[in-house]
Amino acid sequence: MTRQDALFQFLLRMGDNTLILGHRISEWCGIAPVLEEDIALANTALDFIGQTQFWLGYAGEVEGKDQDADRLAFHRDAWDFRNVLLCEMPNGDFGQTIMRQFLFDAWHSIFLGRLLKSSDPRVAEIAEKASKEVAYHLERSAGTVVALGDGTEESHARMQAALDYLYPYVGEMFLSDEVDQQMAEAGIAPDPATLREEYDALVARVMAEATLNIPENRYAHKGGRDGYMHTEHLGHLLCEMQWLQRAYPDAKW
Amino acid sequence: MKNEWPLWEVFIRGQHGMSHRHVGSLHAPDAEHAIKNARDVYTRRNEGVSIWVVEAANIAASSPSDKGPLYEPSESKVYRHPTFFDIPEEVGAM
Amino acid sequence: MYAQMIKTAGTGVKDRDEMSEEERKFQDRIDAGEKIEPKDWMPDDYRATLIRQIGQHAHSEIVGTLPEGNWVTRAPTLERKAILLAKVQDEAGHGLYLYCAAETLGISRDELTEDLLSGKMKYSSIFNYPTLNWADIGAVGWLVDGAAIMNQVPLQRTSFGPYSRAMIRICKEESFHQRQGYDAIRACAEGTPAQKKMAQDAMNRFWYPALMMFGPSDTDSVHSAQSMAWKIKINTNDELRQKFVDQTVPQAEYLGLTIPDPNLKWNEERGHYDFSQPDWSEFFNVIKGNGPCNVDRMAARNKAWDDGEWVREGMLAHARKKAAAKVAAE
Repeated sequence: MTRQDALFQFLLRMGDNTLILGHRISEWCGIAPVLEEDIALANTALDFIGQTQFWLGYAGEVEGKDQDADRLAFHRDAWDFRNVLLCEMPNGDFGQTIMRQFLFDAWHSIFLGRLLKSSDPRVAEIAEKASKEVAYHLERSAGTVVALGDGTEESHARMQAALDYLYPYVGEMFLSDEVDQQMAEAGIAPDPATLREEYDALVARVMAEATLNIPENRYAHKGGRDGYMHTEHLGHLLCEMQWLQRAYPDAKW
Repeated sequence: MKNEWPLWEVFIRGQHGMSHRHVGSLHAPDAEHAIKNARDVYTRRNEGVSIWVVEAANIAASSPSDKGPLYEPSESKVYRHPTFFDIPEEVGAM
Repeated sequence: MYAQMIKTAGTGVKDRDEMSEEERKFQDRIDAGEKIEPKDWMPDDYRATLIRQIGQHAHSEIVGTLPEGNWVTRAPTLERKAILLAKVQDEAGHGLYLYCAAETLGISRDELTEDLLSGKMKYSSIFNYPTLNWADIGAVGWLVDGAAIMNQVPLQRTSFGPYSRAMIRICKEESFHQRQGYDAIRACAEGTPAQKKMAQDAMNRFWYPALMMFGPSDTDSVHSAQSMAWKIKINTNDELRQKFVDQTVPQAEYLGLTIPDPNLKWNEERGHYDFSQPDWSEFFNVIKGNGPCNVDRMAARNKAWDDGEWVREGMLAHARKKAAAKVAAE
């Protein structure tokens, strides 16, 4: 794998995470539990769409095959997507959505923090902008997880169920492969495996405040970030998201 | 509606030297979430602003007297409820 | 117009000598262009009418997020998706500002919400029509927001302070909405034959419902006369509808779209376009609940509200626990 291939894969991972999770959040548009949450969720989704444009835009340039961010977003099939499985998991109830958001935000904020010092100036520049947005995402999702975990009996039970359901998807964010090794060697991005300790400490702190129990089983589902085996959920998401572009390939919108 | 989230009044300071201005209201379970909601609703996440929130029920407002010149035009500080002033340019788009 | 067929409380405009001292002073202030603020004295009928009007306007913004939200996950490019999402988010914000304005009159947002969900309060007829193709998103922004702006711009001068200020803020945001809609439908109208077909299809289905937004003619209505005397209604429905048609026809021509009205014709003498009235029996049916989407829209709002209850309760419970712990610590 050339350095350029590895960089392309890395950028797809970053951009596909925000693309797919941003899409999931946008599914809440108009139906959130309260107006203020509806507006806040839309802000998070908007941030992610913006970050996607940067990551995938740069990915297209690195690839050098004349694909822009839209082309990459709307014309690849599931096996070419490189997001972690966590991002494509369905919204479920609001608790599941917020738990998924927190588990991702915690990783995202730590990871972007490292990218600020990337040897690739474009990566550092995107991380600089994104990390400010993500710091707020984390503050908000952590606060909501705490409030609902420590809220009523029902909200506590729902949040615990969400954590139990999603926790097996956490491990994938800390796996390393050849792409990561190349990125680490080039000083472009950290090896994800080195971030787990910091992540665990952060999650443990929030879950303690939320009175939620972190599952002991650390088994990790994987296959998203290398595209080997996504969940069944991704195909349906893509059907919806890509439909117009696929149905009318010659159209400009 | 016994379990309605309380109403909060939101005040925002844009840049150095300008005082906080009332920008509107919103609902939130507590002050901490009111500040976050204010950020999402009234600043759309713009950094560098200072936000005050006050529970509407805790605001004392001047009140027109029952007698006498009831209707003098007043620019009184009736904060009780939203007045939706424009947010200064520097706060960014909303 | 997001507030339609608002029943004005009272029996119509009173003569000065029928008014009480307070009512006369109140009317004088309005005639002098002063704003009425929440703590000022106001006639009960003024308050009741405003609650209905602002409440219905707020409900329309909220229900209005559904037909547009219907396309957020299918928007054809990242930029269109961001624009649409930002726009729908603004509508939710407008609903929020308006509910807050209504709350200054002594009703809570949850009470207003319950009245919407029970069917006691209405929302604009327009949101009971479906969005079926992508160009509909353009048509909604261009025609529906365009029609709404006709009414909202003059309402910035309405007599009730909080309502006026909400309208000023909303109008600032709304003009971007109309432009994004026109831009989206223009891309279709100037696109492939299939896209042109989408644009014309959207035009065909949204033209008359957009005209209905202004409500039936109210030129001779005593209720409208009272609302106008109170400056909570600024123009008659027919004036606004005419203005909308006059403004929209050249915009449609520019796009090469045909307005589905064989009687549409420039009237040199009047200096306005002549046009056909929408089918008012259809309008009254939609108002009564028989529109194509009434049942689905209400079901969606009710489901969102019911599904969200545990979240609202949970967050409040946590806030109360924290407050109690703080008191205990002090």
